[in-house]
Amino acid sequence: MTTITDPPKEHFRLSMLLYDTRYRSATIQVIAMIGFMLLAAWIISNTIQNLETLGRTVGFGFFSEPSSYDINQRLLEYDSRDTHLRAAFIGLLNTLVVAVLGCITATIIGVMVGVLRLSNNWLIARIMTVYVEMFRNVPVLLWIVFAMAILIESLPAPRAFRGENPEATMDLFGTVAVTNRGVYIPEFLFSRGLGDIHLFGTSSLRFDVSLDLVAFLIVLGGSIFAMRKVSAWANATQEQTGDRPTIWHIQLGLLFVPSAILLTVLGFHLGYPELKGFNFTGGTHLRNSLIALWLALSLYTAAFIAEIVRAGILAISKGQTEAASALGLRPGRTMRLVILPQALRVIIPPMISNYLNLTKNSSLAIAVGYMDITGTLGGITMNQTGRELECVLLLMLVYLTISLSISAVMNWYNNRVKLVER
Amino acid sequence: MKKSVILGVATIAALAAGAAAAGTVDDVKARGKLNCGVATGVPGFASPDANGEWQGFDVAVCRAVAAAVLDDPSAVEFIPTTGKTRFTALASGEIDMLARNTTWTFSRDVDLKFEFVGVNYYDGQGFMVPKALGVSSAKELDGATVCIQTGTTTELNLADFFRINNMSYEPVPIETNAEAQQQYLAGACDVYTTDASGLAATRATFENAGDHVILPEIISKEPLGPLVRHGDHEWGDVVRWTLNALIAAEELGVTSANIDELSSGPGDNPEVNRLLGTEGTLGEMLGLDATWAQRAIKVGGNYGEVFAKNIGEETPIGLARGLNAQWTDGGLLYAPPFR
Repeated sequence: MTTITDPPKEHFRLSMLLYDTRYRSATIQVIAMIGFMLLAAWIISNTIQNLETLGRTVGFGFFSEPSSYDINQRLLEYDSRDTHLRAAFIGLLNTLVVAVLGCITATIIGVMVGVLRLSNNWLIARIMTVYVEMFRNVPVLLWIVFAMAILIESLPAPRAFRGENPEATMDLFGTVAVTNRGVYIPEFLFSRGLGDIHLFGTSSLRFDVSLDLVAFLIVLGGSIFAMRKVSAWANATQEQTGDRPTIWHIQLGLLFVPSAILLTVLGFHLGYPELKGFNFTGGTHLRNSLIALWLALSLYTAAFIAEIVRAGILAISKGQTEAASALGLRPGRTMRLVILPQALRVIIPPMISNYLNLTKNSSLAIAVGYMDITGTLGGITMNQTGRELECVLLLMLVYLTISLSISAVMNWYNNRVKLVER
Repeated sequence: MKKSVILGVATIAALAAGAAAAGTVDDVKARGKLNCGVATGVPGFASPDANGEWQGFDVAVCRAVAAAVLDDPSAVEFIPTTGKTRFTALASGEIDMLARNTTWTFSRDVDLKFEFVGVNYYDGQGFMVPKALGVSSAKELDGATVCIQTGTTTELNLADFFRINNMSYEPVPIETNAEAQQQYLAGACDVYTTDASGLAATRATFENAGDHVILPEIISKEPLGPLVRHGDHEWGDVVRWTLNALIAAEELGVTSANIDELSSGPGDNPEVNRLLGTEGTLGEMLGLDATWAQRAIKVGGNYGEVFAKNIGEETPIGLARGLNAQWTDGGLLYAPPFR
C-alpha cells in the first residue's frame, strides 16, 4: 500500500534560480538591478574622474557671489549687485508666473473649444477642429517664436506715439499703450498707503508684502463670508416659509461697499502710462516676451485639453443627455449639471500631464528672451560661472519639485471629484 | 565578484577619461579633420557664403591651423556655437579649438580652464542707435531699451556701465545676432550693443546702413582670440604659433604674393628663413614639419591680408586697423620673435 505523503524535501540548488519558476523572476530582477546600479556607478565615477582631469571641483559657493547681470522681467526688486541665488529666485518666480497664467488660460480655452467641437453648429465645430489640428501638430517652439514675431513686427514702436500727429495712439480712452515692447496698462496706486512689510531682511529670498493688498484681501474675504451667511439665511427662510427673500441688493452691497470704503480711505487711484524719453513710464509693463510665451503656451496646450474634454464628454453615454432632456433641462444646463461633472473624472488624470507639459515647455522662454529659471540659473549664471553640472542638477531638481507639486494638487482634486463607489 | 566588476568598470572609465586627455595634435591628425568652433553667423568674422563655404576673419584662423597641421585648409569641420554653448563644446572635446570672437578674461582663462593662445582682434563694446533717435553719446541713453546677446561679457559690461553712470535701462536678452537685428530694426529696442566690430558687421548687412550710427563710447576692453582646452600645451603651442606666424608674416613683409619666392631657398633675413622653414628646426620643435608656417600663410595671406579681405576698409564691414595695426605702425599687434 502506498500513501501519499508530503513531497520529498528538495534541497535548494543554484540551477533552480534559473529553471524554477518560483525563483526565476526574482533572479531576473536582481540581475537587472545590479546592471542598473553598475551603470549609475559608472556614470558617477566617470563624471568625477573627468572633473578631476579638468581640475574642477563641485561646489555651490558661486551662489553667494554678485550676479552682475540685469533682469528686465521681475516681480521683486533686483539689481546686478544681487547674488546668483537671488537671480535664480527671480527666474523661478517668472517660471511660476507664466506656468500659472498659462494653465488657467489653457484650461478656459481648452474646455470651451472641447465643448464647441461637439456643437451641432457645423461651422463652429469645423473651426474648432481646424484650431485643434493646427496647434496640436506644430511644435510649440515655432508658435512661441511666431507669436513674438507678430508682436514685434505688427505693433507700433513707442516712438510712433510721439509728435503732433502720432502714427499710433493709446487705446481705451488713452489709458493703455500697446507697443512692440509690450503692453502698458494702468497701475494701482495708493496715495495714503499703509506701506510694505519687508520679509527675510536682506537675504537672497527677501520680499516685500504690500499691506494695502493684505488689507484689501481681508476686507474682501470678510465680505464674501457675510454674503454666504446672508445666502444661508435666505435658504433657511425659503425652507421654512416657501418664500425666498430678495437678497441680491444686499449681496451686491456687501461685496462692493466695504471694499470701496477701504479703497477711498487708502487714497486709491490709477497710474497711467506716459511717454517719457525712450519709453513709456508709469503703469504696469506687460512685456512682449511674457505675452508671446503665455499666449503660445496657452493656445498650444489648450488644443490638447480640448481633445481631452471632448473625449471625456463622449465617454458619458448618450442616455444621460436624453434623460436630462426628458426631465426638461435645457442643453446648457445639461452640459453644466449632468455631463461635465461626470466627465471630470475622465478628464482630470490626463489634464495633470498637460499642466506638467505646459510648465516644462515654459523652459523654451529663452527663445523670446523671457528670463525664467532656465534663462537665469541655467542660462546666464551657468554661462558666466561655468558651473554646468551644479546648475543643471539644480535646475532638474527645481522642475521636479514644481511638477510633483502640481501632481499632488491635481491628485487631491481628482480624489475629490471621482465617483464615490459603495 | 561584484566588487571586481565595479573595479573593472572604474578602471575602464579611468582609461577612457585618460585617453580623451591625450594629445589633441595626434587626435586631429588621426581624424584628418580639425573641429573648429565658430559663431553661428557674424558677417566678416564667420558666416557661410552663397556656396555654403565658411568665410571670415575667425574662420581664417581655423583654416590656417588646419593647413599647418593637416596640409589642407579645407580639412576643417566648422561647428557653429552660440554664446551659451561655446564653452561646453570646447570643454567636452566636441571642438578642438574655438575661434568665435571670444573675449579673453581672467575667469575664463583660470576658472573655466581654457587657454587663450593670443589676440587676433582688439575690440571694445559699443552702442548702435538709429540716427533718427538723435542720440550722440552713450551717456544720453538713460531709460533706453537695449538689445544684448545673452551669455556674453557684453551683458556684464552693460550692467556695470549703466550702474556706474547712474542710468536706468531695460535689457532685452536675445539668443543670436540675427534675432537681435530683427528686434532692433523693428524698433523693439532703441539700442543694440555688442563688440564694436560686431556692430560694424551687423550694420553692413542693413538695407540702409547710413540710418544707423555707432556711438563714440567704447565701454570695455574686449581682446578677442582663439582658445583651446587647458592642459594640452602641445596643441596650445600649435595654435598660438600659427596665429603668431600670420602676424609675424605681415611684420616681416611675407605676403601671399611673394611667399613662393621667399620659401624657395634661404634668403637674407634669418627670421624669415626660420619662419618659412628654410633654416632651423622650428617646425620640428612644434611636432610638425618644416614648412608648417608656409602653408598657414599661403591659405589667405598674412594677418594684414586676411584683415583686408574679410573686414577691412574695402569690405562692406569697413573696419579700420586702429588698435589692430602692427606695433611698428602704432597698433598693439606684436608677435614674439621666431627664434
